[in-house]
Amino acid sequence: MRKLSALSVAQAKIFVREPAAFFFTLVFPLLLLTMFGLVFGNEPGGPFSATFGYVDYSTPAITVLIIVSIGLMGIPIQTATARENKILRRFRAAPMRPSTYVGATVVVYYVMAVVAMAMTIVVARALFGLRFGGSWVSVWAAFTLIAASFFSIGYMIASVASTARIAQVVGQALFFPMMFLSGAAMPLEIMPPGVRAAAELLPMTHAVKLLQNIWFGVGWGASVLHALVVLGTLVLGLGLSARMFRWE
Amino acid sequence: MSETAAIRVESLRKRYGALWAVDGVSFSVEPGEVFCLLGPNGAGKTTTIECMEGYRRPDEGQIRVLGLDPTTEEAALRHVVGVQLQEASLPPRLKVWEILQLFSVLYERAEVPWSLLERLGLEHKRDAFFDKLSGGQKQRLFVALALINEPRVVFLDEITTGLDPRARQDIWGLIRDIRSNGATVVLSTHFMEEAEALADRVGIMKNGRMVANDTPGELLRSLDAAGQISLRVDGAVDVELLRSVPGVRQVDAELEGYRAYGAGRGWIARFIAAVDAQGADVVDVHTERASLEDVYLAATEEEPTMVGVR
Repeated sequence: MRKLSALSVAQAKIFVREPAAFFFTLVFPLLLLTMFGLVFGNEPGGPFSATFGYVDYSTPAITVLIIVSIGLMGIPIQTATARENKILRRFRAAPMRPSTYVGATVVVYYVMAVVAMAMTIVVARALFGLRFGGSWVSVWAAFTLIAASFFSIGYMIASVASTARIAQVVGQALFFPMMFLSGAAMPLEIMPPGVRAAAELLPMTHAVKLLQNIWFGVGWGASVLHALVVLGTLVLGLGLSARMFRWE
Repeated sequence: MSETAAIRVESLRKRYGALWAVDGVSFSVEPGEVFCLLGPNGAGKTTTIECMEGYRRPDEGQIRVLGLDPTTEEAALRHVVGVQLQEASLPPRLKVWEILQLFSVLYERAEVPWSLLERLGLEHKRDAFFDKLSGGQKQRLFVALALINEPRVVFLDEITTGLDPRARQDIWGLIRDIRSNGATVVLSTHFMEEAEALADRVGIMKNGRMVANDTPGELLRSLDAAGQISLRVDGAVDVELLRSVPGVRQVDAELEGYRAYGAGRGWIARFIAAVDAQGADVVDVHTERASLEDVYLAATEEEPTMVGVR
């Protein structure tokens, strides 16, 4: 446990000293939220719902965006770079289980995602009067499930990519289409039907819908399909990365 | 092979594709010894060391380090050995003191051995980021990490490559300290002076095999290593006559005298006497002992030639 916490502290320092990761995780979501909030406002009604407005839809969606950007870009790039630069090799010489190293990284990214979500909520409340219809325990549970799922996909990418460059390309190739097609950056409700049908095939779309449902208090019962897709993604990511993860 | 050996390697073989990088190597290292692996690039030194460290799984053969099998008992091994890798790095945005502190926890040390920084001349770099260190400073930090758990066996793979002479001397002093504390050291190097200065025993590797393994003194004797002298001479000398002196192998004329190579008891005295007997005046004599380098060159040459003759 001491090892895990010491490594987590070190990983946290590495994270906050890396400007790109810091910006993408903590600043970019706020910019996105503020920009859309200023354009669309947060009046109830409109294309979404009688009780919730644009920002109310956007806040859980942007939370998912934060998680997925860590999972598909932060984790694979950081892990593959540490492997390519033979940093993992040096850590392997110390008496420590590989799972401790992975665990510390996951802890730090999870905490960063929570902080980023909290900042998003604070800004959304202050600027746009954010509304909330669910339970925070359920939001935390869904958040954690989604984080576990996309973080495991990150380790899967790090496992199959032979270089940091490939990890980056694969991560971005998955991230950017999903960012625009999943409803995370802009609502699916304003997209043409063809795009919406394609979006149904993306796991991130289901993650967004799951967290929005929980956020609005629609509940788990109406979100079984979404939760199952996210869970399936987790099983796939965990299974493949546990099988294929390499230190060198 | 002794039962009390710190390290025992028997018939080790390791293959990369079709190439046997290590092809039947056996040796043992006694506790408290500095064992030095010498050999050209690609001889199999690093592969041998990485098998002992548990970083690579041998294809054949058996290894015991402090009685532990590095393949199946890697976890226990990590606590008692120190490892300095030929290729390794650390997170660029961690500071020297943060790295030392982190690894102290990983090695389950009660406190951080800050004195290592002083011993390695890194104290003034405590607050520097890893990526701001020079090559030599990084290398010294890796040495600190290899010693952080007061290991009983230390593996140092090409530890002084890329270091300036001053830093190299510091590291040599440190290796002598490690040895006097009773730890066993396995060292690979390209530098003959390093082996001569530090090694209790030297193993010379070539093409995945160990072609020599003995103390530096025995290696010199067993290879009948030649010495050389150079004379400054006033007056003319018949070189053919000098070449016939017993023990002399070669004589080359130089600007102001002669350089001679030879071996065996008394050859230098006989050679100088022969010059003197021809009526020439020996004004200066300079002798050089055969060195480990001569042994190394002879052992790793494609066709064995007479040692010391160039």
